Amino acid sequence: MGELFGYLSFGADGWGDEIATGVWLTIRLALVTLPFGLVIGFFVALAKNSEEPLLKAAANVYTTIFRGLPELLTLFIVYYGGQIMLAQIASLFYDGYVEVSGFVAGVVALGVVFSAFASEVFLGALRGIGAGQYEAGYALGLTRAKTLRLIIVPQLIRLALPGLSNLWLVLLKDTSLVSVIALDDLLRKTNIVVGATKEPFFFYSVACLIYLTLSVISSLGINRINTWANRGQVHHP
Amino acid sequence: MTATADATVVRPPPAKKGWTPARVGGALWVALWLVIAFLAVRLAVTEYSPAFYARYGPRILHGLLITVELVALSVSIGAAIAIPIAFARGSKNSIISGLAYSYVYFFRGTPLLAQTFLVYYGAGQFRETLEAAHMWWFFRDAFNCAVFTFALNTSAYQAEIFRGAIDSVPKGQTEAGEALGLSQWPIFNKIVAPQAMIIALRPLGNEIILMIKGSAIASIITVFDLMGETRLAFSRTYDFQVYLWAAVLYLSMVEILRRVWDRIEARLTRHLKRLGE
Repeated sequence: MGELFGYLSFGADGWGDEIATGVWLTIRLALVTLPFGLVIGFFVALAKNSEEPLLKAAANVYTTIFRGLPELLTLFIVYYGGQIMLAQIASLFYDGYVEVSGFVAGVVALGVVFSAFASEVFLGALRGIGAGQYEAGYALGLTRAKTLRLIIVPQLIRLALPGLSNLWLVLLKDTSLVSVIALDDLLRKTNIVVGATKEPFFFYSVACLIYLTLSVISSLGINRINTWANRGQVHHP
Repeated sequence: MTATADATVVRPPPAKKGWTPARVGGALWVALWLVIAFLAVRLAVTEYSPAFYARYGPRILHGLLITVELVALSVSIGAAIAIPIAFARGSKNSIISGLAYSYVYFFRGTPLLAQTFLVYYGAGQFRETLEAAHMWWFFRDAFNCAVFTFALNTSAYQAEIFRGAIDSVPKGQTEAGEALGLSQWPIFNKIVAPQAMIIALRPLGNEIILMIKGSAIASIITVFDLMGETRLAFSRTYDFQVYLWAAVLYLSMVEILRRVWDRIEARLTRHLKRLGE
């Protein structure tokens, strides 16, 4: 057992530093994906909430597709499809080999999946805000954009937060899929370490514990954001 | 609008006509979808090769069958495990409820892919022990390992769904049963469970959809499910349309399940509908 934990040391004999770089990539990937997913999800929700039938239909197609496809398949379609598409575009200009960065493919694939689910959360939150709130904004002479930014969004954050927190935890776990397209995240680093040490059970358990730790830390952070978002709520005894 | 309309009558403001930004955006977006659909169909027509369909068509359909089998087995075994865990979660004994809570927390907090690797490669490491216990025949097969992992994983999610559904049945229902002199089991079986089932139904359907999507992970440990066959066909032909076919098949599975679930829900809640509604 002591020998096993020795494997985790940092430096030339241990694998701790390998795993740490993997953890760092996992965290970076999730953090870079989050803003994209949130922004796209928000606009898709606005589109679904609009009265314009074309816009609504297009947005519904978007969510139906990306909520229904396996994340792994989305990742492959983005990765290989992107490669084929870029190669075709590039062939117009020069002869050469184009490669899609695994990181970018990961961000795009995880981002669209996240945004499709986030749009449902935002839509639910938008419907939870009464029409009177918009009317009050217009009555004050605010423009549509200003009403949205100053009146709707602050309330939206509070209503959408529980659903979004869940999606963040799902995103954190879904990052493990990029290990399949040879991106050196925590899980792929673990695969490499297992290949070298022949200790799958130990190292995959360590990887699972690290993922658990990341979600525990996230939950703590989410609780703080939640307190902040609810600071305007008066608690009646 | 007729020419004789009285101009003095106050009318609601006319609906916006012409090309509002929302309409332009919507039209562009719909156009984008149409272009993508056109490109996909064109790919399927121009790259059509009977040899490709003859060779990989049956394999992909077989993969589809494996996926259905994988999901059906995992979900039903998972449900069987979930029920005792749901009860353990609500137990007054803090050790039992604590254990059940950690079980649920572990399986919900770690990626399914990592769990699958843990079982599949981890089992290989303990081969001698498993052989001695006459369990190696089971863990030797990637499909079994996938079912094993997925069943444990979904059982954690299902346990939470069942727990929540049982808790949401008002306490007065149980008390009414007790007042009638019923014992524990009939109260649960005849009063609480049927009401909990209605509440659990929708999240349960979502969980099955998640499992259909998650089952694609099995392809990474060499199970030839729909995703596995798709990856194999792509690696041999570099024909991108095979991914599009897989997408169509997965989306159809999810859509069919959604429809079936709507039917079941309509049937289970038929006593809640008012006449003429």
